[in-house]
Amino acid sequence: MTMNLTLHVWRQKDVTVPGKIVHYEAKDVNEHMSFLEMLDVVNEELINKGDEPIAFEHDCREGICGSCGFMINGVAHGGHKNTTVCQLHMRHFKDGDEIWIEPWRAAAFPVIKDLVVDRSSFDRIIASGGYVSVSTGSAQDANSLPIRKLDSDLAMDAAACIGCGACVASCPNAAAALFTGAKISHLGHLPQGKPEEMERALSMVRTMNEEGFGNCTNIGECEATCPKGIPLEVIARMNRDFIKASLQERPPVAIAGAG
Amino acid sequence: MKLDARTPSGPIENRWDKTRFDMKLVNPANKRKYNVIVVGSGLAGGAGAATLAELGYNVKCFCFQDSPRRAHSIAAQGGINAAKNYQNDGDSVFRLFYDTVKGGDFRARESNVYRLAQVSVNIIDQCVAQGVPFAREYGGLLANRSFGGAQVSRTFYARGQTGQQLLLGAYQALERQVQAGRVKMYSRTEMLDLIVIDGRARGIVTRNLVTGAIDVHMADAVILGTGGYGNVFYLSTNAKGSNATAIWRAYRRGAAFGNPCYTQIHPTCIPVSGEYQSKLTLMSESLRNDGRIWVPKKQNDHRSPDSIPEDERDYYLERMYPSFGNLCPRDIASRAAKRVCDEGRGVGPGGLGVYLDFSDAINRLGIQTIAERYGNLFEIYERITGEDPYKVPMRIYPAVHYTMGGLWVDYHLQSTIPGLFVLGEANFSDHGANRLGASALMQGLSDGYFVIPYTLGHYLGSNKFEKVDENHPEAQAVLKQTQDLTKKFLSINGNRTVTSFHRELGKIMWEYCGMARNAQGLEIAIGKIRELREEFWQNLKVSGEPNELNQNLENAGRVADFLELGELMCMDALERNESCGGHFREEYQTPDGEAQRDDEHFRHAAVWEYQGPNAKPIRHVEPLEFEYVQLAQRSYK
Repeated sequence: MTMNLTLHVWRQKDVTVPGKIVHYEAKDVNEHMSFLEMLDVVNEELINKGDEPIAFEHDCREGICGSCGFMINGVAHGGHKNTTVCQLHMRHFKDGDEIWIEPWRAAAFPVIKDLVVDRSSFDRIIASGGYVSVSTGSAQDANSLPIRKLDSDLAMDAAACIGCGACVASCPNAAAALFTGAKISHLGHLPQGKPEEMERALSMVRTMNEEGFGNCTNIGECEATCPKGIPLEVIARMNRDFIKASLQERPPVAIAGAG
Repeated sequence: MKLDARTPSGPIENRWDKTRFDMKLVNPANKRKYNVIVVGSGLAGGAGAATLAELGYNVKCFCFQDSPRRAHSIAAQGGINAAKNYQNDGDSVFRLFYDTVKGGDFRARESNVYRLAQVSVNIIDQCVAQGVPFAREYGGLLANRSFGGAQVSRTFYARGQTGQQLLLGAYQALERQVQAGRVKMYSRTEMLDLIVIDGRARGIVTRNLVTGAIDVHMADAVILGTGGYGNVFYLSTNAKGSNATAIWRAYRRGAAFGNPCYTQIHPTCIPVSGEYQSKLTLMSESLRNDGRIWVPKKQNDHRSPDSIPEDERDYYLERMYPSFGNLCPRDIASRAAKRVCDEGRGVGPGGLGVYLDFSDAINRLGIQTIAERYGNLFEIYERITGEDPYKVPMRIYPAVHYTMGGLWVDYHLQSTIPGLFVLGEANFSDHGANRLGASALMQGLSDGYFVIPYTLGHYLGSNKFEKVDENHPEAQAVLKQTQDLTKKFLSINGNRTVTSFHRELGKIMWEYCGMARNAQGLEIAIGKIRELREEFWQNLKVSGEPNELNQNLENAGRVADFLELGELMCMDALERNESCGGHFREEYQTPDGEAQRDDEHFRHAAVWEYQGPNAKPIRHVEPLEFEYVQLAQRSYK
């Protein structure tokens, strides 16, 4: 089955010039295409006509790399449960549909071009503490520390985050609490993450704030649109760790010693 | 060109230890004086960059994606092998080594593979320490599963997202070093050429994909962890951005290419649905643990699968390979699928598909258990096809997945250009002619965490380095060539898009250099590729400007390289007059249709040396010695 669609796409040359919505007709769209394949076909036509293709981010096209993502009719990734844009197929649309396509919108995600935004703020949040400080070679045998299956499963649930940014784009405050909370929860559920739990919470939350993300007001749009089903409870854990760590925070002790 | 594999001598179990002891060390205080470039941020490049920075080297790491966390290692689903023998089922370092050499159809270097098996155990330890949430049993210990080509359970996994979790572990280690100031990360930056000065790799030329700026970066050594070249086929399970540009341009600068024709076709992918198809999606091989593969016994049987009675089904893998059954290695499973489809027994549109059926497993184990094991894979399948695999058997078909070939490296992972090291899928080293499932993650992390940190130190410690900067005439010359090439793409102004060339190249490769190859077809392919390449340079249409984000321009460069690499793959396939692993030459098969090796004439790696544009490259050989594994015809019957 094929369909004809009208696309309204945000076009913006770069961050210095204002963007605008441009209309395109997508003809004979096959229902088995993915949304990105539909855009591929539109782009091929644009190039053939001598126009600039629509820039959008994508890579693995199987929902795991986290590169793709934009708003479809106002909803991040198009609003199908646990589905990134690259896995959204056209069978969910019908002939004659009008589709509005816009980039993630957040102060901490400046537009680079069209639907491509700069999400490097996420990298800086991770760099500020989203890891276990274990250098290569210093690990003990993997089975020397049993971990309760439930804890391991909860860690995995949180670790499934792909860093796409849908949570930020969906949030009226453009908060990155679900993203940050997911990493804090992933590592916090594991014994390996315990020694740095408090420092991690302080550092990551502060970086998140410095990067210009908004505050979480428990609206829940992030959880609703997260393509990996990251639960809101990761934010509760982040807040708990942050408060606890804030109360315990002490200025670093100067180390004096012989030798 | 003289190939010295620097393979150590002595008992195989002591070789890596001995090599490490014999290597030069770099004093901790001196490490920060060395500048190292790492291209690629996946399991190999990311792990390497992080570890080298931990040791104290000054590292610059480059990736074309917007973040190092997006490298294509992230998409690996099934698992990672390690010879832990936690299951007490007879595994050992030697068995993993043996299985890998045999699985590779005796076309890999024994010493390298043995080292891989040895360090596999350290990888699991390291990853668990980083917080990688591997699957666990109720007792809290790590779970394992079995995988194709092995009769022991040695595969560690994190649901169906093992690659993601391992990559995030490496990425987090890398970001820790970024924060510490020891790694400078260059995201959205693509390597476009290699700078070789006085015979040694001393830098790279890159393009900033946002501003279009073309820059020179100098260093004391260059490490490529840039992945495989499966996208030469256009349709593959690789990410859309995965490309061969870094290794190909290094090849043009003198790094020899090993076994370019060794391609892995993965048996369990979702079949192609139409012309617009942009990539193929893998369904993890782990599904073969519980899924049974079958086709109807009759040709052109269009009944729905549930109305085909049991005795009219052909569970062909179980029939042909009773001892391994559905878990036979990838090359064998793929060819068997092609064979039954060629016989007219394929299912689904166009008859290019076979069933992967879970109904027996669901009856035996219950839906809950199946959902726990494969839930996310079933979801992916349903999302793409609109069919529910809990109720209807999956339809699968083989697709290009991995390239065993790559830049030739010695035991130290150094290419034929001193100072240029190549890790992971980008090199040719460990998998021979066929890679076993769950071994790619193992090799990437082995190279990155546990091999390059030693061998790079030895290289730096045993050489003197003249100070060179970006004003060096050679660096400026390469810079100028890269700028000219970029201008060239934008100035052709023809009538055909990059994608249309790429798609046509892919069809040629799949038709003539895919699952089955023959001399006549390969010659046709070489002719067609040359014609297509000629047309590319006359008739290419690239839109946009050089100094902006221009995805079309990026692709033009990558496809230009694929158009050369494809020809080399066909030449290599043509010269290898035998069948081995993923390289199946129809002229060389046993009476029952299995790959027929010719150990007398082809027990070697083919190593190609570039001779200039449109000149035939020279084929060198590295003979392979097998002291520990008995050469035999691979049998999984």
